[in-house]
Amino acid sequence: MAAIIEARAVSKRFGAFWAVRDCSLSVEEGSITGLIGPNGAGKSTLFNIVAGNLAPTSGSIVFNGEDVTGMPAHDLFSRGLLRTFQIAHEFSHLSVLENLMMVPAGQHGENLLAAWLAPARVARQEAEVIRRADEVIDFLNLRRVRNELAGNLSGGQKKLLELGRTMMADARLVLLDEIAAGVNRTLLKDLAGNIVRLNRELGYTFFVIEHDMDFIARLCDPVIVMASGTVMTQGHIDDIKADQRVIDAYFGGSPTGHATTAVQAPAVGAVAI
Amino acid sequence: MDEFVFFLNKAVISGLIIGSIYALGAVGLTLIFGILRFAHIAHGDMMTLGAFVTLVLAGAVSLTGVQSPVPLSLIAFIPAMAITAVVAIGIDRMFYRPLRERGSRPIIIVMASVGVMLMLQGLVRILAGVGTRNMFFDQPKDIYRIALPGTPRELVLTEPQAVLIGFTAVAVIALHLFLTRARLGKAMRAVSDNPDLARISGIDINHVVAATWVIGGGLACAAGSLLSMDVVLKPDLSFNLLLPIFAAAIVGGIGQPYGAIAGGFLVGFSETLAIFNWSVLLRPFAGVLPAWLEVPGNLALVPTEYKLMVPFVILIIVLVYRPTGIFRGRVL
Repeated sequence: MAAIIEARAVSKRFGAFWAVRDCSLSVEEGSITGLIGPNGAGKSTLFNIVAGNLAPTSGSIVFNGEDVTGMPAHDLFSRGLLRTFQIAHEFSHLSVLENLMMVPAGQHGENLLAAWLAPARVARQEAEVIRRADEVIDFLNLRRVRNELAGNLSGGQKKLLELGRTMMADARLVLLDEIAAGVNRTLLKDLAGNIVRLNRELGYTFFVIEHDMDFIARLCDPVIVMASGTVMTQGHIDDIKADQRVIDAYFGGSPTGHATTAVQAPAVGAVAI
Repeated sequence: MDEFVFFLNKAVISGLIIGSIYALGAVGLTLIFGILRFAHIAHGDMMTLGAFVTLVLAGAVSLTGVQSPVPLSLIAFIPAMAITAVVAIGIDRMFYRPLRERGSRPIIIVMASVGVMLMLQGLVRILAGVGTRNMFFDQPKDIYRIALPGTPRELVLTEPQAVLIGFTAVAVIALHLFLTRARLGKAMRAVSDNPDLARISGIDINHVVAATWVIGGGLACAAGSLLSMDVVLKPDLSFNLLLPIFAAAIVGGIGQPYGAIAGGFLVGFSETLAIFNWSVLLRPFAGVLPAWLEVPGNLALVPTEYKLMVPFVILIIVLVYRPTGIFRGRVL
């Protein structure tokens, strides 16, 4: 399979501190790839660079064969690269349905002239957008809160809404930024199930940054481990969990590994890192 | 009863008139703040400019010798709204957008709008002079007298006042439908709600910004024109309007269009009630009141000359006790 997105020798410096240094990785099209690493490993910085929220100091990002380094987020959006946020973003004064209806770009109703000159065309398109939003609402099981203001949703429902937004946009690659954070266990299962369905049925590729190790283990293959601003290793979660260097990075604080070797591999899974 | 009609004329109708003017101005101001994130200081002058455009249009038509059954200004303000809207978009493209694209801080853009204000003031003075101008140059103002039962006194309403009240009602309903039904209106609410999210979820910000200026500029022109018709057009009109419309927008909750409408009427009524001579209402009771209590000739809370103080006081009270305003807007 081909890589849908690649980071090529990406570095990012903040003052004297290299948050990401010479980091290269790729996400295969059609995969659900996880990104983990101890605090300060540079995951979030790398993620923000890939999502177009930060420009790298050096290196490049290639999306779907095109160099998109430093491209603003809304241009990436129109190419099918979407992200969700660790703290869910929503239009709190708009209903769930209206939130979803905002997404498809290039709606005629947005044009000042078309709204007056071609009302039939605008209405037709609007009806189509509503139909699609309703499909998404059913898919995510949000029917009960369809007309509720998004600001009144629970944290977990807001995360579902974030996922729904990516469905409205025909995403090719979705970056999930700690989508499990603050979501209760029951809803988390729904969320994971929906991500797998989107991946299998609609062919979405996911790149997941996550602290919840169970969530990563359930969803992601492969998993990329970052430490000290660069990729340490990547592979199946079982191999990662057994990798002595990964354990050291998490518990020893140093990737060279001479600290807490007593901790056994399964412990990684039990700790919310 | 006579005194009550006097109260209706002096306090209720006046409050409705000035409240409508403030509401129309404050809606534009609050939308601009909600979407573009800066206080548009030049908004008062956009109102003067609109009135001036109306006057020029009406003057140009009268030169062609067209006979109109209604005063020309009352028709001319509609196309003048469109012209002012286009001018507003032009001002944005020329002055505010380059700053936005450079990522300037809001205070820089506020300062730019102070510059625009001074330029507009100068422009209107160069073209129209500093004197006052009568918007009803072609025919006199009609005055409607509405007879009330049981009293010789009548409700008095002038032609532009009647148009203003009707226009405000239509504008408020149209604005409500636009914001809740139209795609573009919803997109405006979305941008005001969460600009970052709007940007990355496919909303075309340029369309939303243009719509904001069309609404803001159009309503400013209507309010400025109708106010000048009610009194006279003078270049420093804007200065007396700027503070009340800011007070109205903040009282209503900045960024909240419905709040701006409510705030506009609140400030308008406060003004007229503050300068109303309350002793008039006490006069009928002169016989029943104890002899030692002599009703003074003037019981107004604030002398008319200090009218502008009222929005000031409201503004300070709101900023201290409820900084988010009635409709819970952004905290300033």
